[in-house]
Amino acid sequence: MYSYQEFDRAFVRERVDQYRDQVKRRLEGALTEDEFKPLRLMNGVYLQLHAYMLRIAIPYGTLSSRQMRQLAFIADKWDKGYGHFTTRQNIQFNWPRLIQTPDILDALADVDMHAIQTSGNTIRNVTTDQFAGAAIDEVADPRPYAELIRQWSTDHPEFQFLPRKFKIAITGAAEDRAVIRAHDIGLQLVEHEGRIAFRVFVGGGLGRTPVIGQELVNRLPAEDLLPYLEAVLSVYNLAGRRDNKYKARIKITVGAMGIDAFRAKVDEAFKRLREVFNGQDLAVLGDIQKGFEVPHYVEKSQDAYFDALDSDSEFREWVERNVSAHKHPSYASVTISLKGHGDTPGDATSEQMRAIADLAEGFAHDELRISHEQNIVMPHVAQADLPGIYRTLKAIGLATANIGLISDIIACPGMDYCALATARSIPIAQDIALRYAAREAEIGHMQIKISGCINACGHHHVGHVGILGLDKAGVENYQITVGGSAGNDAAIGEKMGRGFSVDELMPALDRLIEAYLALRLSEDETFVAAVKRLGTVPFQEALYVVDQAA
Amino acid sequence: MARIKAPVVITANDLLSGEVVYLDASHRWSAELSAAKVFVTIEEAESELAAAFNEADVVGAYLAEVTEGALIAPKHYREGFRHKGPSNYFHGKQTVQGAEVAA
Repeated sequence: MYSYQEFDRAFVRERVDQYRDQVKRRLEGALTEDEFKPLRLMNGVYLQLHAYMLRIAIPYGTLSSRQMRQLAFIADKWDKGYGHFTTRQNIQFNWPRLIQTPDILDALADVDMHAIQTSGNTIRNVTTDQFAGAAIDEVADPRPYAELIRQWSTDHPEFQFLPRKFKIAITGAAEDRAVIRAHDIGLQLVEHEGRIAFRVFVGGGLGRTPVIGQELVNRLPAEDLLPYLEAVLSVYNLAGRRDNKYKARIKITVGAMGIDAFRAKVDEAFKRLREVFNGQDLAVLGDIQKGFEVPHYVEKSQDAYFDALDSDSEFREWVERNVSAHKHPSYASVTISLKGHGDTPGDATSEQMRAIADLAEGFAHDELRISHEQNIVMPHVAQADLPGIYRTLKAIGLATANIGLISDIIACPGMDYCALATARSIPIAQDIALRYAAREAEIGHMQIKISGCINACGHHHVGHVGILGLDKAGVENYQITVGGSAGNDAAIGEKMGRGFSVDELMPALDRLIEAYLALRLSEDETFVAAVKRLGTVPFQEALYVVDQAA
Repeated sequence: MARIKAPVVITANDLLSGEVVYLDASHRWSAELSAAKVFVTIEEAESELAAAFNEADVVGAYLAEVTEGALIAPKHYREGFRHKGPSNYFHGKQTVQGAEVAA
């Protein structure tokens, strides 16, 4: 993992001191709320429905056990004993008091963390594949590049007041697990003529205008990454609309200009910027890469692991669902589900955080990841240690074997917490998980994603089944989309028709799922594969059969 | 958005805690909806709202529609959740507010 240098530490401490003074001036009345709001937002402090909310950056989703313990400490000391992991690989605390937020930021700085650029029209936390550095299908570890982008973009003077927020995702794997084409810029590491290069996608995004990113360049030499990104950002900074926040994202700029014209402008800026960078960024990258060395893998007897696979069906099911192949043959990556049936997706208690930190320290080379799917990953685990890890997770209620199944739902905070929401998300996820708990293995791979407003933090557009909560004449109403995908075949789901009330929603989902089970060719044909084969019409008919009968 | 209709209360978030508060008849901010002053005309409410904007100890004051019966109740579900707390599980405001929320 990357370790902060003195420069990083001094910068973060200085920001905390500045913020502490800003809070003091706000409480003394020297700053109005209008003056203070942009300052608190620059430090990740939002005001939500019931309380302030602090959004903390987890750079590219990577945490040490020490950092996880500190998050548990913060949860206990200044919040309600839990934290909420988000689709941008961050963590949010829902209940801090304003006067305590500078102390929380100081506590974060103690473990080299911060909340800078988790809000505002800046470049946000760079997200990546939760299995980065461990995945069997990986060309190269994307995290050093993500860290390079973090250092370049943090407090970048030209990009603090972009037309709108800006999100970058990066993967080094053949399978896209980072939803790169739903980001303002998506980066995929590829090998080209024996060297590392990038496929660069631009103009993806969800929200009220969902767009799948288009390819801007297919073989960008890795050494050109920063000048090229700076070229893209500088073109957007000038051409992006500032007159209408709903038209201000880069996807609108690219759409209006056309990808070819946008590319021409980027290429022109790139020629100039490439000279300016002069290789300094590559020296920084070289230093960063030293912090991401491959762990020292330990060979252990696997007898107990294979015995447990043979004798313990629950363990075997957990391995099948929650354990992924690792580039080292006797290692694996473990996904700890934060989707226990009936639980709030993405929430972890302080007790669970500490237990996970202990596991990471003891068995996972001291490393944890947060996935955009709101789960926690131990990327490097010896297979021999899996039975013991499973037993520990089971004891703390975190051994739910449901990764990729219908209860592994992404859900935004929705109207239970969020001031922007138009309906609730979490209780819908809870209901679905409980309703299908006994049948989820039969239903198979199905990604349900739920957003509580059109901003689409719950990624509903790219869910196999997407659910969008809206306010229809003062009543919560849920629109269903079908056929979206977040992977290599990224696609926006198709809206099925009128929305459903809370009472109508579960019976409608029942009809949708029964239709799939009846129509699939075999258990091996997933829901989204069946939609691709059949189109959405049979599923639309199943959803609205009640209307047709009326 | 449809124009707001009386009866209404004035609500905001407390500056220090962020907690949902309501303006009472003594021009103090209360965490209890039951203590809120109910305005039967929008004109009177807007007049008091203008003053509330200058309050140093709250953020984002606005008018919220209510229904009056035995208890004052929020008209829109958003205000209902602000009043009761999150619905995903029992925590937040409902853990300290007791009987009023349970009702």
